Amino acid sequence: MGLTSQSSGINVLRESFNLNTEKKNPIIALAGNPNTGKSTVFNELTGLKQHTGNWPGKTVTRAQGYYLYHNNKYTVVDLPGTYSLLSNSTEEKISRDFICFAKPDVTLIVTDATNLERNLNLVIQITELTDNVIMCLNFMDEVKKKNFSIDIKGLIKDLGIPVVPTIAREDKGINELEQYIEDIINNNIIIKPEKISYSKKIEDRITKLIPALKKQYVELVNYLNFRWLALRYLEGDNKIFETIDKLKQNLIIQNNNPDVKGEL
Amino acid sequence: MFLNELKTGNKALVKKIKASGEKRRRLLDLGLIPETEVVSKRKSPSGDPGAFLIRGTMIALRSEDTSLIEIKPLNKYTEGR
Repeated sequence: MGLTSQSSGINVLRESFNLNTEKKNPIIALAGNPNTGKSTVFNELTGLKQHTGNWPGKTVTRAQGYYLYHNNKYTVVDLPGTYSLLSNSTEEKISRDFICFAKPDVTLIVTDATNLERNLNLVIQITELTDNVIMCLNFMDEVKKKNFSIDIKGLIKDLGIPVVPTIAREDKGINELEQYIEDIINNNIIIKPEKISYSKKIEDRITKLIPALKKQYVELVNYLNFRWLALRYLEGDNKIFETIDKLKQNLIIQNNNPDVKGEL
Repeated sequence: MFLNELKTGNKALVKKIKASGEKRRRLLDLGLIPETEVVSKRKSPSGDPGAFLIRGTMIALRSEDTSLIEIKPLNKYTEGR
């Protein structure tokens, strides 16, 4: 077998999300609350004209595009807008499964800078799941119009992730986003988001659960965030485990029969 | 008092979410956590659902959900109007 088990494993996972893994482009996911301009950022990055509209629920499934930066090609996936990754609505499942299992190389969270309090919930849920996160503060023109300012340095410090102000409609800040993405892909920036610590009781349970979950999902031990999974277990989220069981089956089948893949 | 009883135009503070499981998670994710200010903005013709201003966003909620949100009304003088 030419491929290492690790690289073929992640490709099986990505292919289950209809991602073309042959080209090996880095994969950038766009996440965010409804109506924060994700699709506008998507269009500015890719030059596509995905329909943008000022109503929630416009992007119910995923849209995919590409862009070039310094002659490297990046795949961009526009996820549906959600307030959360944990409530198991269709949109949330799409976004959460994608971030969780397709493991984008960078997740760009587009936030409404005029309504940060609401947006930060999702930012924290995503940083709990994955490290390579950039926060895009969109609608900075509206912030100016409404006469308030945002402590960007404070956000960077408290969240531990890059925070980029943008006005996506006017293409402002998009270059900075592309530069950050390149720096992360090339390991010029290593991101370590500030993690939430829970009460001692919960932390003790997490510590005990992680080895048990790793044993249960030994085939997926390199792909899953087991601390996050332990939290879902404690919360009683069964749906996530149904999804993982299905992926585990796929992976076992594909890994045991690489030669007949696609011939049946 | 529960959020479904809040008259249009009145404000309240969320005290407790009495839902459990997925419904609880959903309501928390919409920003309805204890001490959050909620304004009842509008009612649909039949009275259900209603539109509520929660942390800067207008959100429509059915009374089957709002009846699980315990509140403390902030404008007492309008009670019983």
